[in-house]
Amino acid sequence: MINNYEYIQTSIEGRIGMIALNRPDVLNALNRTMVVEILSAMESFDQDESIRVIILSGNGRAFAAGADIEEMSADGPIDFELLNQFKNWDRIASIKKPIIAVVQGFALGGGFELALCCDLIFAADDATFGFPEVNLGVMPGAGGTQRLTKLVGKTKAMEWLFTGKRITANEALQFGIINSIFAKEILIEEALKAGGMIASQAPLSIRFIKEAVLKAVDTPLEEGMHFERKNFYLLFSSEDQKEGMRAFIEKRNPDFKGR
Amino acid sequence: MYETIKVEVTNQVAWIKLSRPDKLNAITAQMNKEILQSVKAAGKNDQVRCIVITGEGRAFCSGQDLTGVNEDMDHGKVLRDLYNPMVLEIHHCDKPVIAAVNGVAAGAGMSLALACDFRLLSEKASFVESFIHVGLVPDAGNLYFLPKLIGHAKALELAILGEKINSSQAEELGLATKVFNDNIWQEEVASFAERLAALPTTAISLIKKNLKSSWNITFADSLEKDAQSQRIAGMTSDHKEGVKAFIEKRKPSFQGR
Repeated sequence: MINNYEYIQTSIEGRIGMIALNRPDVLNALNRTMVVEILSAMESFDQDESIRVIILSGNGRAFAAGADIEEMSADGPIDFELLNQFKNWDRIASIKKPIIAVVQGFALGGGFELALCCDLIFAADDATFGFPEVNLGVMPGAGGTQRLTKLVGKTKAMEWLFTGKRITANEALQFGIINSIFAKEILIEEALKAGGMIASQAPLSIRFIKEAVLKAVDTPLEEGMHFERKNFYLLFSSEDQKEGMRAFIEKRNPDFKGR
Repeated sequence: MYETIKVEVTNQVAWIKLSRPDKLNAITAQMNKEILQSVKAAGKNDQVRCIVITGEGRAFCSGQDLTGVNEDMDHGKVLRDLYNPMVLEIHHCDKPVIAAVNGVAAGAGMSLALACDFRLLSEKASFVESFIHVGLVPDAGNLYFLPKLIGHAKALELAILGEKINSSQAEELGLATKVFNDNIWQEEVASFAERLAALPTTAISLIKKNLKSSWNITFADSLEKDAQSQRIAGMTSDHKEGVKAFIEKRKPSFQGR
């Protein structure tokens, strides 16, 4: 893939599409162009049949230390409304393929929100999360109050959002914000291993599981159950379901095609 | 650049000398900050593979400078703002940290020595849990490290009785890595520090990390940590050098990478 992005780098490792935030000198502070680039890279991986998993990481010491404050400091509400920049974040959250965030160092403010848009978070032992927006007289605007609350419940979310307090990797693990902690030297290879494992599963199963789990987050149970059932039925029209069940009976490894 | 300490780097060892000898190196807020900064800087400095903290003059460190203590002082705030960050910095340091205890280490001065990985003692060194004598509690990690080093019962005796422990008693208790005669003190500390600086630095950092976490995790989790650390150590050039030197029947020359 030709890399013509200004603020990110993309590459492909087997069936994994890699996106690395690449403004290490400013701890990968997210500016608007960068978000557009992340979205564009994700959407292109989402459309690419050879890619089954997306890994999002940050180059340098941090994942992303927040949004580019200077860029927005002079903006008024009407600017925000007309720009409608958060639409891009909604589109990141609607990517169909599984996304693993690989977080070392800071994931603060917008950086934390970006990680929360991903499906799995693998963190280094030095990873630090937090919403410091309150210290600047504002608040999260790209889903922070909503996604954190749905993950950890009201009480802890309030505490962290009111105080801007840093969340250590261990706390994040304890509260179910992240999946695992690794030493930073081996973090990316562990994420690639996990990504490779997911990439070897039937892609349509993964796709419909992601859709159903996301549905569970903000749908009444009955509706979610209904949705799950339809997805379950739908998978029985796939070639991979036939291959998977045949391989199971024949006691061999399945060869999934994503069809 | 520092006012209360002196720092120099020789032969890959960073020497941090507490430098208020007329006050027996009593800790002031400024010294708290400077110890933290100097440990942090040594941790980041690629030329440093071992850190020594020692005292200038006849004391290692007599603890908190009591001249600043008054009725309005919030003792908890002093710890949260000054001592805890300092001790955390030492505790999180990847490189081996030696307390070269040249004389008395009392109160927070003892805590400082306990926070280090090794304690080299001059025969003139002593430890005093002096907190109890002013109606206070050993702090700055003291009661965390002490029972791990010498067991619960002895830690409790020291903390509550507040008796002075001389260097040979300290050695019996397990508080000392080594005790040296005063006339060979300087050379022995330097040679011990340089010996550590010549070891595989990454492996040392991983050993420190896993030992620290062993207090808080399950056996199964610690086995997983072993695997992760060995993967990291296995990629270092020091590991390759170690194996190569073994096969070639020579002494390895580790570069700390």
